Amino acid sequence: MKEVTIVKIVACIKQTFDTEAKIAIGGDGQISDEGVNLILNPYDEFAVEEAIQTKEKEGGEVVVITVGGDKAQEALRYCLAMGADRAVLVNDPALAKADSRAVALALAKVLSEKEAGFDIIFTGKEAVDDGVAQVPAQLAERLDLPLANVVTSFTLGDGKATATREIDGGSEDIEFPLPALVGAQKGLNEVRYPSLPGIMKAKRKPLDALTLADLGLSADDVAAKVEMISAELPPARQAGQRLTGEVDEVVAKLVQLLKDEAKVI
Amino acid sequence: MSIVVCAEQRDGKLRKITFEALSEGKRLAAASGETLKVLVMGSGIAGLADELKKYGADEIAVVDNEALASYTIETYAAVLAAYIEQENPALVLLGHSGAGREVAPRAAARVDCGLISDCIEIQFADGDYLFKHPVYAGKAIGTFKVAGPVRMATTRPNVFAIEESAGAGAVVEFSPEIPPAKVTVTAVNMSGGDRPELTEADIICSGGRGLGGPEAFALIEELADALGAAVGSSRAAVDAGWRDHSAQVGQTGKVVSPNLYIACGISGAIQHLAGMGSSKYIVGINKDPEANIFNVADYGVEGDLHKVVPALTAKLKEELS
Repeated sequence: MKEVTIVKIVACIKQTFDTEAKIAIGGDGQISDEGVNLILNPYDEFAVEEAIQTKEKEGGEVVVITVGGDKAQEALRYCLAMGADRAVLVNDPALAKADSRAVALALAKVLSEKEAGFDIIFTGKEAVDDGVAQVPAQLAERLDLPLANVVTSFTLGDGKATATREIDGGSEDIEFPLPALVGAQKGLNEVRYPSLPGIMKAKRKPLDALTLADLGLSADDVAAKVEMISAELPPARQAGQRLTGEVDEVVAKLVQLLKDEAKVI
Repeated sequence: MSIVVCAEQRDGKLRKITFEALSEGKRLAAASGETLKVLVMGSGIAGLADELKKYGADEIAVVDNEALASYTIETYAAVLAAYIEQENPALVLLGHSGAGREVAPRAAARVDCGLISDCIEIQFADGDYLFKHPVYAGKAIGTFKVAGPVRMATTRPNVFAIEESAGAGAVVEFSPEIPPAKVTVTAVNMSGGDRPELTEADIICSGGRGLGGPEAFALIEELADALGAAVGSSRAAVDAGWRDHSAQVGQTGKVVSPNLYIACGISGAIQHLAGMGSSKYIVGINKDPEANIFNVADYGVEGDLHKVVPALTAKLKEELS
């Protein structure tokens, strides 16, 4: 079989709260982003890394794309500093409350109309904020692409792609043709840190902004079907009993509590 | 209108999460007055309809087709989408398993409806459904509405009570066109052995940096086997290369809610607590009396896990035999 010729590699990313961030509810009953450190979604780091490694092996260019506000430029610049070639930001006030459907719809429009001719799309398998893991599958469906999801190993060769992906209780090996969408799981690769020259170069790399109008979409097209009407903090857990003393006594006490008080064994 | 539950089978066996989603579907159907339908798909699985009847669905639709012998996201989502288009249900439920979390969004995009994933509570009130879904791995809980006419949701494992109900209706055949899959599965490797799957387990024993090295995970495995439990890990132990990432519990791993979570040598970082904070009972075993895990543990054992865990395993074997 003929080898694959790679021209354009895409990574779709999202900017999220730092995983160490504490969550607070604002006066409007919604989650507040005040004072929260924003990062590139940890799973998307694996996606961007895999995109860059694929370019290093196969050639082509790496384009990173996100849907977000002005601040999301920082996450894109971070990807450019890692080694991506250019970035696209879909930024429109009508997307402020976008749900996964709207994000997938906007990304699908960018990819089918502005960035057609891509060979492969990498995304994180989910974002650590809403944690719904919907965009990879929604985007694959809208672009009619095979989806390799929760991928821990990826290889190109013999005119096709092969991957290992996590499934409940194990893993499976799959094969698929390009173009395709790959949802990255932790373990796919070792993510590089941007180098100082990389950070300097990133400042001059192209970062294009698109509005909904540029994509031929209206505010109605992307109106959220899923809406968070309120948020609350989970009930705080209380510290319970502390067991100290000789190992045998502590263990006997613990087993008795688990049997008679908690009734879980 | 109806509520549709999409059942999940693996190797011809229905998964526990299906009974959870189906029981919740039955409760919601009673509250909303909708009929309850269940869709099951695969190859050579027609016999599963009998087991599904125990949950009182008004109709059981079976898609039995060789093209579904090997699970692929594309084919399973296409069948579900075709059924949704035929039934036009008010609500579609799937379990938030590895398969459910990828089939549901692919089907939702195909029919262009709203989907809320990983719900821990669903209510029907004032003619609409309200969904609770933890965000930031459980650091907050959001209440969501999904605009109809068709709404989709996935249910978190181990949260919704399983209840059998009488009065199941007819079993019908459903034969949609199944598109060819672009993805080919060449090998399936089940690594869990006899232990339960992490997100479905009633009891989880987890190890962290306090283990000191990968070999000490044997202590956690022995404890888990004495309890019929799954084995989990903190991020620190995964990052150190002691355990595969598939065992990681926390914000960048699995979110779990077992009846009992035993954290051994885990300090209790915020991102770990996010992943297991909704466990019914938490036991923390740690030699550091200041460890954060003690702030959330129902039972905190201050001591060296290398001594406490083997003693606990021995005591449990004695008690449970």
